Amino acid sequence: MSALVYLPLLVPVLAAAAARPLAARLEPRLATWLLTATTVALAAFSTAALALMTASVLARSPLLAALGDYSQPVLRRGDPVPALAGMAAALLLTAAAVAVAVVIRARARALAESYRRAASMAPGGRVVVVPGHSIEAYALPGSPGRIVVSGRLLDVLNDRGRAALLAHEHAHLAGRHHLFTTVAHLAAAANPLLLPVARAVDYTVERWADERAAAITGDRRLVASTIGQVALLTAPRPARPRATLAITGARARSVSLAWAGPVPRRVAALLAPPPRRQLTLLAIVAILILTAGASAAEAARDLHALLEFAQTAR
Amino acid sequence: MPDEEPARDAGPGTPRRPPGALEAEVMDVLRAAGAPLSPGQVRERLAARQLEELSYSTVVTIVSRLHAKGLLERERTGRAFAYRPVDDASLAASQMRQALQAGTDHGAVLSRFVSGLSGRDARLLRQLLGEDEDQPG
Repeated sequence: MSALVYLPLLVPVLAAAAARPLAARLEPRLATWLLTATTVALAAFSTAALALMTASVLARSPLLAALGDYSQPVLRRGDPVPALAGMAAALLLTAAAVAVAVVIRARARALAESYRRAASMAPGGRVVVVPGHSIEAYALPGSPGRIVVSGRLLDVLNDRGRAALLAHEHAHLAGRHHLFTTVAHLAAAANPLLLPVARAVDYTVERWADERAAAITGDRRLVASTIGQVALLTAPRPARPRATLAITGARARSVSLAWAGPVPRRVAALLAPPPRRQLTLLAIVAILILTAGASAAEAARDLHALLEFAQTAR
Repeated sequence: MPDEEPARDAGPGTPRRPPGALEAEVMDVLRAAGAPLSPGQVRERLAARQLEELSYSTVVTIVSRLHAKGLLERERTGRAFAYRPVDDASLAASQMRQALQAGTDHGAVLSRFVSGLSGRDARLLRQLLGEDEDQPG
């Protein structure tokens, strides 16, 4: 088996580095599909590579060599995977299986709880207003899903702000966004190098809902200011920088978002022109995934050929 | 939790109160108010109840502590925070959210409208939106 087997393990590092720039530049719906598919494909390929490495080292054990009736020396000469790497691969594979099981359990429980709570709410209304002073708004997946909003938040917003908020939350439910994030985080559990990609999916579903709200209300700036208004209601006290008043869309570009959290990035994206499809970026991601897939397949073919050769050499 | 800080801030010559008494008094003032109060307003109302004059920083210390305990919620009004007792309905809504967000990443099936903001993010956001910060305090 050639050293190609290591490639699927390295490609997720590239994907992790590319995830945030991609999430910022691609149209959010496309970005969500693409990044989720990327996590699944790369997690599958890297798991396959680990399985191949484990298998190639296991195959060298005398017991399996006798059972499979193939030549151990030929295997040893033909296989570049050191025994230590094979054992490390076996450990990683076990850890991945456990991590995936843990995440499946946690997500399944949370989802079941969400459905249960959504079902227990009054029939009919999509929007459930909870009385009280807290600032809360979230989409509760269920059948039907609910939008939970605190009465105080509704009081604070004007009609158009409410429309933007409800359109955003409704987009989450209609698009079943929790499934994308769940799948991406499952893949990241199998290969933790993919965690930045899964986090990028968390971000792109928010952007997806923001753009839906902008399309429905017909006003990107309204959605941006509503997000800002709600976020700042719970923000820490400002340091009052007097110099930074009245910066609008045109100068928004000069604000550095390099280390910013998701909320300022969402607002900046809404203040900028609508995102477009970027075929070059798409092509780069496709090449990355294909490289990982092809090298995993090639490594599998190599191992198979080697085993056959070792059998005939016997 | 050491309660000597407010007592010390209350200045010399004032009688020492048992620990927690000031907190209970502040909670009582806020419950009676029916609207969120700034620390300055809490201080005025305490004074109106013919309690000893507390310093502003003492009141800030007490309400911050009550907020940290989850008994008060606060919102920004201009430059200062206004505080009010947490009501049962809010508590239920936020407990539901917390239950469904257990372990932040792994169990998160809810999508909140906005996630938490750091101080830095808040500054960035104000820059982006060009918000005029001169609100009445």
